[in-house]
Amino acid sequence: MSITPEEVAKVARLARLELGPDEVAAMTDQLARILEYVDKLSELDTSGVTPVSHALAVVNAFREDEVRPSLPREEALANAPMANEEAFVVPRVI
Amino acid sequence: MSDLCTITIHELAGRLARREVSSLEATRAVLARIDDPAIGGAVRAFITVDHEGALTQAEAADRRLAAGNAPELCGVPLSIKDVLCTKGVQTTCGSKILAGFKPPYDATVVERLKEAGAVIVGKNAMDEFAMGSSSENCAYGAPCNPWQLDHICGGSSGGSAAAVAAGLGAASLGSDTGGSIRQPASHCGVVGIKPTYGLVSRYGLLAFASSLDQVGPMTRDVRDAALMMNAICGHDPRDSTSLNRSVPDYTAALADGLAGMRLGIPKEYFGEGLDDEVRQAVEHSIRLLREAGAEVREVSLPHTEYGVAAYYVIAPAEASSNLARYDGVRFGFRDMAADELLAMYRRSRSQGFGPEVKRRIMIGTYALSSGYYDAYYKKASQVRALIIEDYRAALEQCDLLVSPVAPTPAWPLGAKADDPLGMYLSDVLTIPTNLAGLPGMSVPCGFSREGLPIGLQLQAAHFGEEKMLRAAWNLEQRLAISDRRPTL
Repeated sequence: MSITPEEVAKVARLARLELGPDEVAAMTDQLARILEYVDKLSELDTSGVTPVSHALAVVNAFREDEVRPSLPREEALANAPMANEEAFVVPRVI
Repeated sequence: MSDLCTITIHELAGRLARREVSSLEATRAVLARIDDPAIGGAVRAFITVDHEGALTQAEAADRRLAAGNAPELCGVPLSIKDVLCTKGVQTTCGSKILAGFKPPYDATVVERLKEAGAVIVGKNAMDEFAMGSSSENCAYGAPCNPWQLDHICGGSSGGSAAAVAAGLGAASLGSDTGGSIRQPASHCGVVGIKPTYGLVSRYGLLAFASSLDQVGPMTRDVRDAALMMNAICGHDPRDSTSLNRSVPDYTAALADGLAGMRLGIPKEYFGEGLDDEVRQAVEHSIRLLREAGAEVREVSLPHTEYGVAAYYVIAPAEASSNLARYDGVRFGFRDMAADELLAMYRRSRSQGFGPEVKRRIMIGTYALSSGYYDAYYKKASQVRALIIEDYRAALEQCDLLVSPVAPTPAWPLGAKADDPLGMYLSDVLTIPTNLAGLPGMSVPCGFSREGLPIGLQLQAAHFGEEKMLRAAWNLEQRLAISDRRPTL
């Protein structure tokens, strides 16, 4: 499977990345080479193989639903690029 | 005072306990060495050095040492890969997008080291978001190999390995998603352990690929690695993948002789592309392990050659999701000129992330996108199952798998900078371990004619850390090269 500059631009939009024309061109070439290598996987017959997303058989870890202290608001906001006394501030949404 | 910087943790701990030296003296010596333009300045293993914090911690450690019965790590200066949160101390993950970020909490492993009295001198350079095999993707400058400064120190935990080798802190914590502890350990001549998935808490570890990431120690010898494992392993309710099981005293595994131990040599790890000097060093080590009493047999891991391809779908897929959090809202870089929310996300991320991180986000987003999911992500996850089955079958016939860590010694800085795929392929011998969640280890086993270190890799079944430590310790005793240090 090869990848086109249009697809690269579409994937960039999905990934919330802004790529200039030069970056799209370079990325198209690099992704094509990487995907060509990854296509090596299609040499293998995996019909009937159950996919694995986690190497150890870990089941859901539950804990008691207890009220515990959380991060104080002031500390949560301390690293924000923009905040007021009580919230993160972002550019207009609508 | 320079030997204070280059001795092992267990040697320093003895001197601290006998009060022959104070933690403050040891810490000052390490800080001076980091600040020395000819040593720390040449190796560039740190993004952040916390002089003030380190001296305060050293004074506290000295009070505990004076009171007696302090833990073995008490007063020992060490460093932390900049992928782990340190409360109030800048944590960048090697990325411009996190410049100035000061976490409001410590990672669990950092908390545990602090509780043990360790002194944290600073944060190590690394490939941005741990994506890379040479540490050249660090936005704050690439660290250099202390054995040959014009060579890479490996990656992504390159700054950690370089710091330990160069005497800039007695140990470091790294993280390993596809070899990022073992490969730099191999290239810098230090010991590195990637523990069983779930044995060490990931709370406070900046996520790259959550099903593969694991934190582990990098040290000057095997006993030090066992001491660090004692400090960091164990259940953490704040990490839902952390395993609730008892942790042994890993130093008890360091017993002489390997009678009854079965070593498997995976034939696929000795194929095309393996450097002759690496092969010779590893084969020599296998002879020494056999002399120590181990039985040696050949085994097969037939899907090894598909590991890199599966990894370069799975890891970027997980990364593309994990790195969605860097959006310029709650922390990290924001393009202040953007006057609309979506544009702000896009511009902040595009300016904040470096090229390799963008590449992996793109691969991952593509592999997960509608129409391609089955061909890439599902297929790779099925191949992952085949690799796990390979290991299961091989580890029925043996206790440990013995191989090289990396196909070649360290290469010159810049040599693979324009070849992302070539860089990926250098991880061919370490990636499968992570896909299966197994423990892996790198132990120094020799030097090339050029004087560059070569590492031996041990892999075991889940929770086989004690077997790895025992074999590594026996090899270390017989090779007697663990006191060699680079000349700086």
